[in-house]
Amino acid sequence: MHITVDPQKLPELAMQKSAGYWQTVGRRFMQQKVAVAAALVVLVLLVLAVFGPWLAPMDPYQSSILKRLKPIGFPGHLLGTDELGRDMLSRLIVGTRLSLFIGITPVICAFVIGSVIGITAGYAGGWVNTSMMRTIDVFYAFPSVLLAIALSGALGAGITNSLISLTIVFIPPIARVAESVTTQIRGRDFVDAARASGAGAFTIVRVHVLGNVLGPVFVYATSLIAVAMILASGLSFLGLGVKPPEPEWGLMLNTLRTAIYTQPWIAALPGAMIFITSIAFNLLADGLRSAMEIKQ
Amino acid sequence: MLVFLWRRLLYTLPIMLGVALVCFALVHLAPGDPLVSILPPDASAELQAKLKELYGFNRSYPEQFVSWVWRALQGDLGTSIASNRPVFSEVMMAVGNTLRLAMVATLIGFLFGCLFGFVAGYFQNSWLDKLASLTSVLGVSVPHYWLGMVLVIVFSSILMWLPPGGAGPGGSGDWAWDWEHFKHMLLPAITMSVIPMGIISRTLRALVGDILAQEFIVGLRAKGLTDFGIFLHVVKNAAPTALAVMGLQLGYLLGGSILIETVFSWPGTGFLLNSAIFQRDLPLLQGTILVLAMFFVFLNLIVDVVQTLLDPRISRS
Amino acid sequence: MPLTPLDLGGPAQPMLSVRGLVKHFPLKKDVFGKGGGVVRAVDGVDFEVLKGETLGVVGESGCGKSTTARLLMQLIIQDQGELIFDGQTVGGSALPLKAYRRQTQMVFQDSYASLNPRLTIEDSIAFAPMVHGVPQSEAVARARDLLGRVGLAPERFAERYPHELSGGQRQRVNIARALALQSRLIILDEAVSALDKSVEAQVLNLLLDLKEDFGLTYVFISHDLNVVRYMSDRVLVMYLGQVVEIGNSETLFNNPAHPYTQALLSSIPTLDPDRRTEKPPLAGDPPNPINPPTGCRFHPRCVHAQDICSQKMPVLAHTAHGQQVACWMHVAGSAHGLAPAHPLGSATQEVA
Repeated sequence: MHITVDPQKLPELAMQKSAGYWQTVGRRFMQQKVAVAAALVVLVLLVLAVFGPWLAPMDPYQSSILKRLKPIGFPGHLLGTDELGRDMLSRLIVGTRLSLFIGITPVICAFVIGSVIGITAGYAGGWVNTSMMRTIDVFYAFPSVLLAIALSGALGAGITNSLISLTIVFIPPIARVAESVTTQIRGRDFVDAARASGAGAFTIVRVHVLGNVLGPVFVYATSLIAVAMILASGLSFLGLGVKPPEPEWGLMLNTLRTAIYTQPWIAALPGAMIFITSIAFNLLADGLRSAMEIKQ
Repeated sequence: MLVFLWRRLLYTLPIMLGVALVCFALVHLAPGDPLVSILPPDASAELQAKLKELYGFNRSYPEQFVSWVWRALQGDLGTSIASNRPVFSEVMMAVGNTLRLAMVATLIGFLFGCLFGFVAGYFQNSWLDKLASLTSVLGVSVPHYWLGMVLVIVFSSILMWLPPGGAGPGGSGDWAWDWEHFKHMLLPAITMSVIPMGIISRTLRALVGDILAQEFIVGLRAKGLTDFGIFLHVVKNAAPTALAVMGLQLGYLLGGSILIETVFSWPGTGFLLNSAIFQRDLPLLQGTILVLAMFFVFLNLIVDVVQTLLDPRISRS
Repeated sequence: MPLTPLDLGGPAQPMLSVRGLVKHFPLKKDVFGKGGGVVRAVDGVDFEVLKGETLGVVGESGCGKSTTARLLMQLIIQDQGELIFDGQTVGGSALPLKAYRRQTQMVFQDSYASLNPRLTIEDSIAFAPMVHGVPQSEAVARARDLLGRVGLAPERFAERYPHELSGGQRQRVNIARALALQSRLIILDEAVSALDKSVEAQVLNLLLDLKEDFGLTYVFISHDLNVVRYMSDRVLVMYLGQVVEIGNSETLFNNPAHPYTQALLSSIPTLDPDRRTEKPPLAGDPPNPINPPTGCRFHPRCVHAQDICSQKMPVLAHTAHGQQVACWMHVAGSAHGLAPAHPLGSATQEVA
């Protein structure tokens, strides 16, 4: 038995360590300028979220009756003041933390729970799959905004309740994607080969299924972050989410509504922040998706 | 194919039951006394008990559920605690208003979405594509309630071309398709159309790109088909999916109209939902959610059916 | 190399005895109850795999070869019938499923789909030993050693990913993986069908070498008759879920007994002008595994069919040349016109 060696390829093959999956994805991601720009914006937002209180020029809670609704460019207040005289710039910066938090956390929780449900249903198949997915379908039969509001309305206002209701809203779509991908992977020959080697179900899921399923599900989940943020802020906008005096962009839109006739641009500022954040996350998710596609 | 449709129809039934169940559970999971809004704080225990009995709150949950569903099937959704009018008529009036708005919005979104989507798909990677894609990303990312506010600021407050809210001079019950009423609808409809426009545009861009890349297009060109002929082919292939997405978007708008209706004080189901929540008007809340969810389920069913009828591949599977 | 599992019954005992294997797949019924029925994928299959041989399995698409392969691996469980591995019933107390899976392994047709794209080559190979308790370092060492044995230099290939390898290289990896548990019986389900011809030849030679080195037994499934002839000691022919002929490879190819085998072999294209194909070898419609014909399943397409053929199903019987054939023409005393009058030699006859 002779091993054939291609002499021309020898040096290249000897030197190269083969790239893992995530390294390849990372490299492809970096080649997309728009996605990288979006990633930087997200990074800035995360920095603001974490270090907001220290970066803000003034105390976001300090109100002043004399200085209510001062315009943009007013001395001392770069972006003006809100209806209670608090500095807008500071409130916007500190508000990053809550606004991002109520948007991202439900998606993370839904990712974990939805993946467990979907992978279990997808791998088990049969009646387990049918019963689980039909239950999920019932929740999926509600339009997400309606479900979120109905749940929030039922549970009451407050951050915890809106986190719970948003998590519940996002579990069905994630579970569906997880189940679909898992079923596909389950039918591939390498899973059969793993079964043929005598491995048990948990081992097979851990070694063979998870690595192939979590990637696509994760990408799908990232595309939900922007929606979650808008919805979460929307809940606060309706009075069902964050309660005053916490700085949160959606809540700020609510309380500044009456100001649209007197200081329209200040009233619009918090929404602009939501818009920017949403664009950034959407472009980021898009970039991630194209970096991961065509891989197979 | 008939078999498929029949099965699909049958499948809807357990879903509807499940939806009713979730609806019921949602509302009754709310903490707090449902009657607190109409009872005076010092009401006697006797009065409280009487009212409870009147509304059926003293019976067990399964009992309440069954009787609610039974009556709902007959068109009786109970009486609103706050307004004392039948829930059904309140909801239906509101649904009418929301449907009008949503349909106009979907139409606008569909038209522009198709435009952008086709342009982007046909001229992939050109500046036209980038522009169209940019517009759709913006459309999908915008917080629509904020956009509504901005439009009100620009067109109502600053330019004073359009009214800031309401459904027209006659209030919520009176609608006519004239300019007097339509100018109230314009801003909310445009606001509502933005997200569907973004989604339809993105979907179509990918779809048109895929279709054009397929080999049968090359074959058609080789046979001498004109560009317009090819365009018709693309439309035919893209139509089922495009219509499906449009139908779904209509459903989402119906269910999710609350935010925009709040901004524009549009007297639709969203507005109703809002007041039901804050007044803790359980029958109204239950009825509204149920009707909206059912609309959505039916819409999904119709979308599936239409897609099956239009797309021969699905029907033969 | 560590000790291989002990040979139990000696060379005379078959490596694998397949008895009465049946597998039907139910078809979905619609809401009105119409459209039921079953696909009789495997409908009563008996054969033996002898130790150290290569048993070729041939037949057209839909004859049940792949289902049989998966049944042998117990990836699907049969409706009826049993497997007896070296004298022990598979799935019984003496040989539970996990233990059987140490002894029998499979190589699949699609080399890319058989490998987890997220695992390195050595991890894919080391997985099975680790499942059976081999510590990781030892499993990886074994994986590297096997890579060398199948002709892939471990330094270059062990840490690569499947997408970086060619089809032939991947199939070598799949073979190495099948050997990782030191199994004795390897089932090759169209293992070379997807490869280019030149690569196919290399892989076939590798298989032959490995068989000698490790003392393996092969079940070699293929639709390519030339390859089967090259590789096999004995050949089994399947038609519509049943075995129609089994015999020594050369004998079968030179003297096919069953009309189906004859038709199959005459359809092999050849460049020899003296052996031109003049008439179409097979008449009639391709078979339908949902409603197979009554009696002998081949009778609608058989040139020699007579009344008995549509009435009773023939069972495997021995012929003069030592093959087993399921055909009334070869059962002495049967109602078929071409059957011999008396039993030949010492072979026994079974009449259905």
